Amino acid sequence: MTVETDTGTVEVGAELGLRMYEQMRRIRTFEQHVDDLYRSRRMPGLAHLYVGEEAVAVGVCEALRTDDYITSTHRGHGHCLAKGASVERMFCELLGKEAGYCRGKGGSMHIADHEHGNLGANAIVGGSAGIATGAAFSARARGTDQVAVCFFGEGALGQGVLYEVMNMAALWTLPVVYVCENNLYNEYTHVSETTAGEIAARPRAFGIPVVEVDGQDVRAVHRETAAAVGRARAGGGPTFVLAATYRFHGHHVGDVDRGYYRAKDEEELWKAERDPITLHARWLAERGLAGAGELEQIDAAIDEEVAQSVARALEAPFPAPSEVTEDVFA
Amino acid sequence: MSTRSVEQTAAAEAGTRELSLGQAVNEALAEELRRDPTVFVLGEDVAEAGTPFKVMSGLVEEFGPERVIDSPISEAGITGIGLGAAMTGMRPVVDIMFGDFMTLVMDQLANQAAKVHYMSGGRLRAPLTVRTTLGATRRSAAQHSQSLHAWPAHVPGLKVALPATPYDAKGLLKSAIRDDNPVVVFEDKMMFARKGPVPEGEYTLPLGVADVKREGDDLTIVATSSMVYVALEAAELLAAEGVAVEVVDPRTLAPLDRDALVASAAKTGRAIVVDEGHESYGASAEIAAVIAHGAFWELEAPVTRLAAMDVPVPFSPVLEDLTVPTPERLVETAKTLLGKR
Repeated sequence: MTVETDTGTVEVGAELGLRMYEQMRRIRTFEQHVDDLYRSRRMPGLAHLYVGEEAVAVGVCEALRTDDYITSTHRGHGHCLAKGASVERMFCELLGKEAGYCRGKGGSMHIADHEHGNLGANAIVGGSAGIATGAAFSARARGTDQVAVCFFGEGALGQGVLYEVMNMAALWTLPVVYVCENNLYNEYTHVSETTAGEIAARPRAFGIPVVEVDGQDVRAVHRETAAAVGRARAGGGPTFVLAATYRFHGHHVGDVDRGYYRAKDEEELWKAERDPITLHARWLAERGLAGAGELEQIDAAIDEEVAQSVARALEAPFPAPSEVTEDVFA
Repeated sequence: MSTRSVEQTAAAEAGTRELSLGQAVNEALAEELRRDPTVFVLGEDVAEAGTPFKVMSGLVEEFGPERVIDSPISEAGITGIGLGAAMTGMRPVVDIMFGDFMTLVMDQLANQAAKVHYMSGGRLRAPLTVRTTLGATRRSAAQHSQSLHAWPAHVPGLKVALPATPYDAKGLLKSAIRDDNPVVVFEDKMMFARKGPVPEGEYTLPLGVADVKREGDDLTIVATSSMVYVALEAAELLAAEGVAVEVVDPRTLAPLDRDALVASAAKTGRAIVVDEGHESYGASAEIAAVIAHGAFWELEAPVTRLAAMDVPVPFSPVLEDLTVPTPERLVETAKTLLGKR
């Protein structure tokens, strides 16, 4: 649980601290299996791994209720898991199986999990900005206090529709939090080559408050998002959370030789010094919030859970051919 | 015709008035806003202005600015917001002032709204209505005159309605709003003032059911939207020469009432398709293909098309009027098909 201190800031206690560790570790392990499945040619298509960015999804989603909404991106596995999705049903979807979240019709870039408020990953960069803002509009119109979070990468800063909907979110004080995951690379191009001016100045131009946060620090992400979500829920309107993070892998699983756009030294530095899971584990240990062997137990349990889920998903049946024409229309 | 009997029954029970197409649309919106609190209207100048065509006059006064909402000039943004609201329990009507601006909303419609239900394995729904216009001859030139209804009709997951009469406009729009899928409704901007009978009582018209606007045995003219009036005028002119024309209005492109189109063509043995979209790769091509295949053994002549010329719509009236089908050109086409010239 979070603990309110007398200064009003939120402190992370043992329960939430360990849960956030577990969720980040689950995403990391999940993605490693995705990479393995791709490399061993057991997974169709491509996938965009979230490794390195786990603290953003987990810090944000731990500040949300189950009935709050998120929209996600092509790099969406982390958001989906952090919002509560089942590992096995996700692997079933990635493998095109009937038991997947989308009955095998969505795949890696389109997982939606309605029960947990996940309105879907999106393969159009910036494509879900309207959906998230509309969900926030709907929450208010229906008289609920739900909040919508729109995840997107810094690449989406090049898309006009993002600015159209941020303008309306600010005009109409909508309960939406825009979470920009700045992992420094628009696919294979550095953000400095694509993005003029100061990123934070863009939402500020609409009067949207901006919070810049270390995206490798799960507690900082959680703290700032909780404040933004609380403000949105109370009718205070949108916030733009700008999280500085890093993609440990390539743009997608097949992007292996990437020296032409990103230096090996840079990657090694982030992995060695800025790994969100290592940083959080160290903090838990230093604070005495994780007992001896406790994190190792969590690791082992997750390794087992994910490995078994993969095995079951590999065995699961494909959809029947007759399903191809189902669900075109409701 | 079953749809005729629906029309006649409704009129007989409730009494019928003459309404303009714009008034019929206004009534449809007002009734749906009244019956369902999740319905709202979002668009540019829809509130106090009531749209440039004055189709929504009075709505904001009755339903308030929370439900009849003036938006910024952000067609993609409002369509995206409409979609997100639709996916989470609302039934938005997004107003896209000119059909030409469909170009600006196509990602939200084609990549997002159309695919939400299928991509989520049937778990998410998008009951979104987009109202927009089509039609040339308003002297508005190439970016305010296009008829782009074939574009959304090409995308699985989108429904497309093309009402021609006030009666159809009201009944189809109400069905679109209640439908659990994204529906794009195209109204010809030149038809808003055109009047027709509309019954007093509550009614809806199913999406996907064609309507025979005039019965005849010699020739089928399939006509969409305002081309229905072009076809009816041509039918009058041809009747004077002893030709009995049947005018069939599909009313929706998606779903398309293939059976009704084929049945009429099979009965008459000859078919012309008239549509205001561009001829190449247009709605007329799809309808002609459906008839050519379905009525092949009954056809006595090739299926013929009359559509907008494959040029951007020009401004100068003398040029613009050349680009769209007219009753006179339709009569000439019919005579050629009938071997009368």
